[in-house]
Amino acid sequence: MTSTASAPTTEDGRRAGGAWNHQHVLDLDDFTVEEIESVLHLADRMREVLDRRIARMPALRGYTVVNLFYEPSTRTRVSFELAGKVLGADVISVTANTSSVVKGESLIDTVRTLRAMRADAIVMRHSIAGAPYLAATNTDASIINAGDGAHAHPTQALLDLYTIKSRLGSIAGKRVVMIGDISHSRVARSDMWGLAAMGAEVVLCGPPTLLPRGLRAQDRPPHAEAALPHVTIETDIDRAIEGADVVMALRLQSERQQGGLLPSIREYAQLYQVTEKRLAKAKPDHVLMHPGPKNEGIEIAGSVAAGQHSIIEEQVTNGVAIRMALLYLLSGRTDLPTDGEGRA
Amino acid sequence: MTTIAIHNGRVIDPALGQDGIADVVIVDGRIARVGPGEGDAVIEAERIDATGLVVSPGFVDLHTHLREPGFEGKETIRTGTEAGARGGYTTVCAMPNTMPPLDSRAAIESVLREVEVSAKIRVLPIGTITVGRLGKELSPQGELQASGVVALSDDGDAVADASLMRHALEYSTRFNLPVAQHCEDPSLVRDGQMHEGWVATRLGLRGRPASAEETMVARDIALAELVGAHLHICHVSTAGSVALIAAARERGARITAEVTPHHLTLTHEEVAFAEDYVHIGYNTNAKVNPPLREETDLEALANALRDGIIDAIATDHAPHGVNDKAIEFDLAAPGLTMLETAFGLSMRLVHEGKLSLPTLIERMTIGPVRTWRLDEIPGLQGLGTLAPGALGDVTILDPDAAWTVEPEAFASKGKNTPLGGKVLKGRVVATIASGLIVHETERMVAL
Repeated sequence: MTSTASAPTTEDGRRAGGAWNHQHVLDLDDFTVEEIESVLHLADRMREVLDRRIARMPALRGYTVVNLFYEPSTRTRVSFELAGKVLGADVISVTANTSSVVKGESLIDTVRTLRAMRADAIVMRHSIAGAPYLAATNTDASIINAGDGAHAHPTQALLDLYTIKSRLGSIAGKRVVMIGDISHSRVARSDMWGLAAMGAEVVLCGPPTLLPRGLRAQDRPPHAEAALPHVTIETDIDRAIEGADVVMALRLQSERQQGGLLPSIREYAQLYQVTEKRLAKAKPDHVLMHPGPKNEGIEIAGSVAAGQHSIIEEQVTNGVAIRMALLYLLSGRTDLPTDGEGRA
Repeated sequence: MTTIAIHNGRVIDPALGQDGIADVVIVDGRIARVGPGEGDAVIEAERIDATGLVVSPGFVDLHTHLREPGFEGKETIRTGTEAGARGGYTTVCAMPNTMPPLDSRAAIESVLREVEVSAKIRVLPIGTITVGRLGKELSPQGELQASGVVALSDDGDAVADASLMRHALEYSTRFNLPVAQHCEDPSLVRDGQMHEGWVATRLGLRGRPASAEETMVARDIALAELVGAHLHICHVSTAGSVALIAAARERGARITAEVTPHHLTLTHEEVAFAEDYVHIGYNTNAKVNPPLREETDLEALANALRDGIIDAIATDHAPHGVNDKAIEFDLAAPGLTMLETAFGLSMRLVHEGKLSLPTLIERMTIGPVRTWRLDEIPGLQGLGTLAPGALGDVTILDPDAAWTVEPEAFASKGKNTPLGGKVLKGRVVATIASGLIVHETERMVAL
C-alpha cells in the first residue's frame, strides 16, 4: 500500500510534496534530486499496475499522446505506446522523415499542427541534437525527448536509475561504469546527469576516439566546472570495471569503423567487449545493463547478456513503468487512486 | 555645390595620426578641410553639431555577404548597404558566394549595375578563387580584376586542394590581388556544427576543432611563402592561428588577417547558455563558421588586433531568413548579421580597456584599406582617411551611448543575431558617404 503519489496540488499548480515542476522532459540536466526521486517513486506504483493480471488503470482517459519519430525505433516507441495505453490515454504513432524539412514542412509546423489537433504530449525521437528543444519552445504541448541525436535520452536514464535502485537498493556511492561509444551516446549523456545527481561514481570507458572532449573538469574553464557532471574517464576496460557495482555496455555502431574512428570491429571487441572474465573484477553482486539494441559478440558477450547478473530485460519492463509515471506527471492529473488495487 | 560642416567633434583619423577637437568640412563629396574653426570659415553649409561625439573616417568592411544575386530573400544590395550605412560603413567588400557566384565579368558587371541603382554606400566586389566556388579550376583572375574585383575568395568554403590553392596564390602575384581564404579543413570539420569542446559535448553536437582552422592557416602560409603571394586569412578565430600568423609576419611573409566582432567577444557558450549552466538551448543565431571559440582564443585575438598582427575588423555580415534559422541546429544556415552591431559590439574591447578607441577606429578604417591596398585603386585615393581631397566618407560616433539591439528594427533583412535584446555601449550617430548623409539618428543635431 502506497499513498504518496496522489498529493494535492498547491495553488500554483505544483504538486505538493511531489516536487514536480516540468512541462517538458528534455533531459535530466535540469532535474533536481527530489524530482528524480518523485519519478522513481511513482514508477513503483506504475510497476505494480503493470504487473497486474489485467494491466489497466484509466488515469489518463482523454489524454492524447503522439509519438513523433523521425528516426526508427522499436523499443522506445512501443514502450511509450504501452505506457499510454495502460493508463487509458489515446496514443498515436507517427513515423516522420527528416526529409520533410527539406520539402518545406518544418519541425515547428509539424508540432503546431499536432497541438492544433489537441495532442497533449508529443514524444519525440530525432536524429538531430536539440530538436525537442526547438519543439518545446514553439508549443504548449508537453514534449518528451525520446532521444535526440547524440544528446539526450532522459527516459532511458530514468529507467536505468530506477532499475539500479530497485536492484541495489540505492544509487548513491555505487560505481557505475559505462563502456563503449560515449561520443555518440545519448544514453551515456543523460545517464551521467542522473547518476551524478543521485550520488553515483560515474566511470566512462571507451577508446580515445569515442570519448568526447571536455568531460574532464580540467578541460573546462573554472567557471564552467558545474556545466557537466563529475565523471572519471578510463580507456582501459579492466581498470574501469574493477570494483564496479553496475556495468553498462553501450551499442557500437558499425559506421564507427568506416568513419575511421576504429581500426576494426574485431579489435574493438578484443579491447572493449564486456566478458565474463572481465566482469570477474567487478563486485560479486554487480549488475549488468545494456540500453539495447545490443550486438552480442561485439560490445557484450552473449553469455554475459543472458547471464545471472544481467538485468537487461528488467530495464525494458521498467521502461514502461517510468514512461507511465512521466506521462502521468506531465498530464497534471492528481487523481491517481491511492489504494493498491486502484481501479477506477 | 553642397557643403557639410561637422562642428566641434573629437576627430580621430588614425591614418594621419590625428586625435583632437576639430571641424570637418565636406564639399562636393570630398573632404575639403579639417581643423579647429574650419567649419565657421565656410559661409553656407549644412551644419552638424558633433560636440561630445567622435568623428571618424567611414568604416570599411572587407567581408560582407550582400546575397544578391540569387538570395534576395536573405538580403539585397539595397538592404545590405542600408544596413552598412546604419553601422557606420561607407565601403563594403561583397563576397562572391551568390547565385551565380561572382566568377566572371558578366556576374561582376551585373552586381555593379545593381550597385549603381540601389546601393547606399560603396560596394567593392570580391571574385571567386575557383570557378563556381567548386574548388576545381581557377577563376579568370585577369578578367575579374579588369571587371573591378578587389580580392579573391571562395569564402564559406575553403579551397581544400593544396595544389590548386598554391596555383591560385602563384597566379595572383601577376595581378597583385589578395587571396582571402576561409581557413577550415573540410576533412577535419566534416559535419561539425560548433566549436569542438565542452559545450559541444554538453549539447551532443559534432565539433569543428580549432585545429581544422590552424592546419589550413599553416598550410596556406607555407604556400603563400613558397610563391611570394599575398594571402589574407578571413575571420581568424583561434589563438593557434594568431601564433602562426604572427610568426609568418615576423619572417616577412605577405600575410594579412581579419577578425570579426563576434569572434572577438562571444564564446561557444553563446550557443547553449542564456542565463545559467542548468538550462540549455540550441541557439542557431550563434551558429557560424568558423565557430565561436573559447575565452583564451578571445584574449589572443584581442591582443593580436591591438598589436597589429590582425590588421582589420571585418563583419562577415551573413544575413539569413527566419526559416534558415528556426529549424534543427544541424540544418540551420551558419552565419550572423553583423553590420549594424559591429561598432557597438567591438566597443566592448574599448570599454574593457583591451583596445584604445583610436586603435579600434584604425582597424575599421585605414587598417582594412591598407590590408588590401584599396586606396591604390583609381578613384579611391585617400580612402579610409579624412585627408583633404579624400572621399567624403565620415562616420559620427557616440562611444558611450548604450542601446538595446532590436533585430526587428534592422535595415538588414537578416534578423539572425545572438545579440537581440542585449545592450551595447557605442553607437553610430550618423554616416556620410561621398558627401551624402546616408544614415542619421535622433542624436544627430543640426546647427
